[in-house]
Amino acid sequence: MNSSTELKELFIAQFQSFENTLNGEKELPMHQIRKDAIKKFSALNFPSVKDEEWKYTNINPLLSKNFRPADSIPEIDPEFVNKYLFDKKEFITLVFINGYFSKEFSEIDSLPEGLILETISEAIKNHPDLVLNYFSKTASTEKNIFTALNTAFADHGTFVSIEENAVIEKPIQILYVTKADDIFVSPRNLFLVSKNAQVKIIETYAGFGDRSYFTNQVTEFIVNDNAVVEHVRIQDEQLNAFHISTLSVDLEKASNFSSYNINFGGSLVRNNVNTKFNGGFAECRLNGLYVTQGSQFVDNHTSIDHAKANCLSNELYKGILNDTSRGVFNGKVFVRQDAQKTNAYQQNKNILLSNDAIVNTKPQLEIFADDVKCSHGATVGQLDKDQLFYLKARGIQEKEAKAILIYAFASDVVHSISMTQVRDHLEALLAEKLL
Amino acid sequence: MIEIKNLHANIDGREILKGINLTVNKGEVHAIMGPNGSGKSTLAQVIAGREDYEVTQGEILFNGKNLLELSTEARACEGIFLAFQYPVEIPGVSNTTLLKNALNSIRKYRGEEELDAMEFLTLVKKKMSLVELSEDLLRRSVNEGFSGGEKKRNEIFQMAVLQPKLAILDETDSGLDIDALRIVANGVTKLKSPENATIVVTHYQRLLNYIVPDFVHVLYNGKIIKSGDKSLALELEDKGYDWVIEEAAELV
Repeated sequence: MNSSTELKELFIAQFQSFENTLNGEKELPMHQIRKDAIKKFSALNFPSVKDEEWKYTNINPLLSKNFRPADSIPEIDPEFVNKYLFDKKEFITLVFINGYFSKEFSEIDSLPEGLILETISEAIKNHPDLVLNYFSKTASTEKNIFTALNTAFADHGTFVSIEENAVIEKPIQILYVTKADDIFVSPRNLFLVSKNAQVKIIETYAGFGDRSYFTNQVTEFIVNDNAVVEHVRIQDEQLNAFHISTLSVDLEKASNFSSYNINFGGSLVRNNVNTKFNGGFAECRLNGLYVTQGSQFVDNHTSIDHAKANCLSNELYKGILNDTSRGVFNGKVFVRQDAQKTNAYQQNKNILLSNDAIVNTKPQLEIFADDVKCSHGATVGQLDKDQLFYLKARGIQEKEAKAILIYAFASDVVHSISMTQVRDHLEALLAEKLL
Repeated sequence: MIEIKNLHANIDGREILKGINLTVNKGEVHAIMGPNGSGKSTLAQVIAGREDYEVTQGEILFNGKNLLELSTEARACEGIFLAFQYPVEIPGVSNTTLLKNALNSIRKYRGEEELDAMEFLTLVKKKMSLVELSEDLLRRSVNEGFSGGEKKRNEIFQMAVLQPKLAILDETDSGLDIDALRIVANGVTKLKSPENATIVVTHYQRLLNYIVPDFVHVLYNGKIIKSGDKSLALELEDKGYDWVIEEAAELV
């Protein structure tokens, strides 16, 4: 097993080889950001269970692996990719395999007006000012070693920019597929939504193959005044995979952000979702679902920072845990002194399908203002025996009866997704996991 | 159709049924009456396969099959239907989901083709009129926010769709006003055929004015202590249960 220092040195050495492949780009300001990030990375330590933020999440299984950067596109069964894709006529589609953009599976011709959609490496060259203005601003490398690592290797990913007043009707789907081959990938997204603009973005993470891999992912979102965003994140990594992600969202005045953070896959998963109100009268809805089995471990850490007055946040995370799997939910809501007239609601509900499944839940409210409406709560329970008996007494087989009840439990997380195809897809994935 | 022989059942180690013998043939309606706590609902639940009860002695044969060896769902597929005393609310599961899954599961069990969406809808609409329920009920969650009367009507509606061989109505009359009682009873009566049978578990005689029983049994302290025809029900209504209990005590 590696010590965490050895693993750090391994990543730093890999960064040096990565740097050598950059040639001319080395002189660009972007590269300075990467170099700063690797410095931060080398100064920080990998977290241990002694850190309050990682109390229940032991990352030693991750630290004991030797991952190398992905360096090529592997062969892939198109059916596997298509399983995760929506209708390309109705969705703008980007597919990355092992971090590399795949023209073959993508469909980004004839983009609507008001939309810039490029790989992040292209965008750095084509729109350096726009990118540099925002890149690595909301997701800080200061304290999070994984964000620092992602930033250092940031080369693959997606840049979306919507201009003022533009309403992008077609949802944008970005699929990251990884072959489990002891590699690590660092997808990096930057989404800029200008004033009064509207967009729907779906990010999907999936993997195939028998070995392991590590997805270390960061998405930054800037949602400007009056903008409306619907964001769905589907994590269905292969079951030996490690997946660590950060979603950082800045919400400006009167903007509206709905997030759906859906988790099915992975061996060890940690998602950080950080949202901040920078202006008043904005709304943020965080919906989450984690469905785990076997020995899976899924940790969702969310934070909502009510830094400004008159904002609304509504958070609902639900967990369905089977076998010996474990879930962690930690939800922080800060209501700062100036954030009067805040409405903040938070709920975490869990169903344990076996005696050995465990969930650690910690909803947290920290309120410094005095004129606010806030509530939070957490429940952990089992399927209702009376409901199950009722369904079985009507002739429904036990397995299906359970699936019906579980789907009903999960459905209020996803029912407000506006895209029917996405809801149907999630329903199918859920059925696949349950039956 | 169903033969119950010397049935004993416990819950949490306490004996509730203490040797029930009952035979119901097809085409018959049997009423099981008795004071509170006599074991009426327990009998209904044990037949339906509630796992909380432990059968310690005896057997139940359903069309020749050993019912006690079958799961709850297999019993339903064989044709047993329990109309619940307290129908369960299931938020997030629509009545359509419940019925479609139930019906197709039963059809599959019997080796019949599953119904497609159109066939299912046609069938369901036809049956809804039977208990005077409106179609928007189909989209609503099972029993969620239903009034007491709607819940009981929904039970009979489900029964109409699933067409059981043996229907057990557990206190279906409790909590119903006279109009709802009439609707429910009419529904049950219309579903009666020479091929199926009904067991009506009830505390009061009034439901039996509408659903006329061929046999009436008095259940007391886990045993059937008296059986008779429909006139027994009227006698019980008139004189209460005490005289039957005393009569039974004298026989011991």
